[in-house]
Amino acid sequence: MLHRFANPARFSRIAATMLPWVAGVTAILFIVGLYFALFASPADYQQGETVRIMYVHVPAAWTAMACYTFIAAMSAISLIWKHPLADIAARSAAPLGAGFTIIVLATGSLWGKPTWGTWWVWDARLTSVLVLLFLYLGHISLTHAFDNPARGAKAAAILALVGFVNIPIIKFSVDWWNTLHQPASLTRLDGPSIDPSMLTPLLLMGVAFTLYFVTMLLVRMRADLAATKARALRLNAAE
Amino acid sequence: MKRKHQRLLLVLGSLGLVGAGAALVLTAVEDSLVFFYTPADLAERNITDDRLFRLGGLVEEGSVQQSGSTILFRVTDFTGTVPVSFNGVLPDLFREGQGVVAEGTLGTDGTFTAKQVLAKHDETYMPKEVAEALKNSGRWQNGAATQ
Repeated sequence: MLHRFANPARFSRIAATMLPWVAGVTAILFIVGLYFALFASPADYQQGETVRIMYVHVPAAWTAMACYTFIAAMSAISLIWKHPLADIAARSAAPLGAGFTIIVLATGSLWGKPTWGTWWVWDARLTSVLVLLFLYLGHISLTHAFDNPARGAKAAAILALVGFVNIPIIKFSVDWWNTLHQPASLTRLDGPSIDPSMLTPLLLMGVAFTLYFVTMLLVRMRADLAATKARALRLNAAE
Repeated sequence: MKRKHQRLLLVLGSLGLVGAGAALVLTAVEDSLVFFYTPADLAERNITDDRLFRLGGLVEEGSVQQSGSTILFRVTDFTGTVPVSFNGVLPDLFREGQGVVAEGTLGTDGTFTAKQVLAKHDETYMPKEVAEALKNSGRWQNGAATQ
């Protein structure tokens, strides 16, 4: 099963067929999601219109953590089963994850100032998300730190797996310790504490962000495969 | 055992060790990971004078008083209550029954002098109409979702 998709040529073919569909659905979901988030949903009883920041902030946070989990899984596959496609998947995903993390930190800061009265505090949730950004940046740097790409991939894969310990810390930081950041609204034992009129745009944006990640990942992996092939051809021609 | 099985065990074992190590470190430094102490925490800890720390809880109903430019209120967690005095700009969300985190020092008279007051937002999101409907039907739980 793993070997079937690990064939780069086959992967490239499947990705090329999938891309227009995934990209199209992503665009539609963004249009519908943003319409609901910005126009067709009510203001919050306490935060007022500031609540709309949540429809970008929370999906970006989900995607940033899902992307890191994906990189960790790809790193394990790369280290254990030595699939070259897993390395390509990991290094294609890292800059996307870093981007999502920057969106989380920026929108959170913009929300924090009017709501809490501060741009930034060093509580466990905010600090662990900042650590996530540094893990992404470290992963990107390590990937490119060696002349031999295979060594860079191996070092980055080890960092990704060690850093994976941060993901449950981010998720449960708000439950384990007192934080200024509020606990989860969706994954609660007694059901979501978000009104359905606000949950709809949030979930739409969540799916839109996830599909945007998938689209960009497919594009970047195909570009990476093409670049690797071009380099190999150039080396052959030079000999 | 094949090479890839060895590598699988190595990766799983290392992950387990890293996880256990992180859990031990986080348990050991738990005190500094906590963003604020509640009034009940204060009773258990000996906070020495002039030590800067954060106090969190709900603004007690009916406790907010203005005397000159100083605002006086009480922070409660329904177990303990601490009087707070603050001279500065309050966040918009500051109101009675709302969660707050105040940074400052505890005086010998038991009054907390805040240098900064932040509003804590809970995880409840709803339109104004729903909030009013809940209040009218008596199903409103004030501050139930704090922390």
